[in-house]
Amino acid sequence: MLARDDLHDPNNLALSLLQEPAEALAVLAPAQEGNFVDWAAALRSGEISPRTNVYPETKIRVLDLDVLMTDTAAMPVVRFPHRPHTEWLDCSNCHDKIFVAKGGANPITMFKILQGDFCGQCHGAVSFPLTQCRRCHSVPRDQALRVEPQ
Amino acid sequence: MKPARSTIRRLGWRFLPFYLAVLALGFIWPVAAEYGDVVLNHRSDRAGVRPVIFPHWFHRIRFRCKVCHHELGFEMRAGANDVKMSDLAQGKFCGMCHNNEVAWGLENCDLCHSGKPGLAGGIYGGHRTLGPGRW
Repeated sequence: MLARDDLHDPNNLALSLLQEPAEALAVLAPAQEGNFVDWAAALRSGEISPRTNVYPETKIRVLDLDVLMTDTAAMPVVRFPHRPHTEWLDCSNCHDKIFVAKGGANPITMFKILQGDFCGQCHGAVSFPLTQCRRCHSVPRDQALRVEPQ
Repeated sequence: MKPARSTIRRLGWRFLPFYLAVLALGFIWPVAAEYGDVVLNHRSDRAGVRPVIFPHWFHRIRFRCKVCHHELGFEMRAGANDVKMSDLAQGKFCGMCHNNEVAWGLENCDLCHSGKPGLAGGIYGGHRTLGPGRW
């Protein structure tokens, strides 16, 4: 409830005009944390259809390419899917400001992610939180190693 | 299998005042900010208006991240954007949509400037990890 979220000023008379999060979010694909919405699923299933651009000339770029990150110690291998990311974001949001667009060129560690670098610039702030380990660490190591290197 | 018994039946009605206290607390206790809420307060406090609360959840139902973070030029890092009302009036940043055509116009101050005075800028509503950059 906005009036009691410790953020909105309850004395603001205009507060009642704003939509309550629960009203909008309760009907969307559920998740365990964050907004309690699986935003990627909500988009895929058509529950929401957010606009891709406001300028007609903007080029909409979507890339269907998975990247496996195998240097994950005892954890399952990370599969980074470009597709759901580029459906929300443009290439330039991550490349090359946050990630160099070259396999193996980014010194990513969970320590840095938890401090808000790399993936942690969004995950843990607006996209699903860092407590959902298995949504990224999703491929068992023996399966990942069976993938032929390109 | 024994049927599950409700807490009240197990503990009895003698704890009724306690149950009522818990219930009352539920109504008074603040609920958390929604995940991804951003407070903008570079200038608001000094200018004597409430800080701005930007709800990511509301906007991402209607627009993909790339609209604001690519087309409109908002940096990804909270606090990295120097958003001025004079820029919005020129149609930049929020002003691209908040112009009474796509969304409410700039004269509706209280709809955006809706935060408690004195709030620090940044990302709120972190879930368990408290969001990045809080160490």
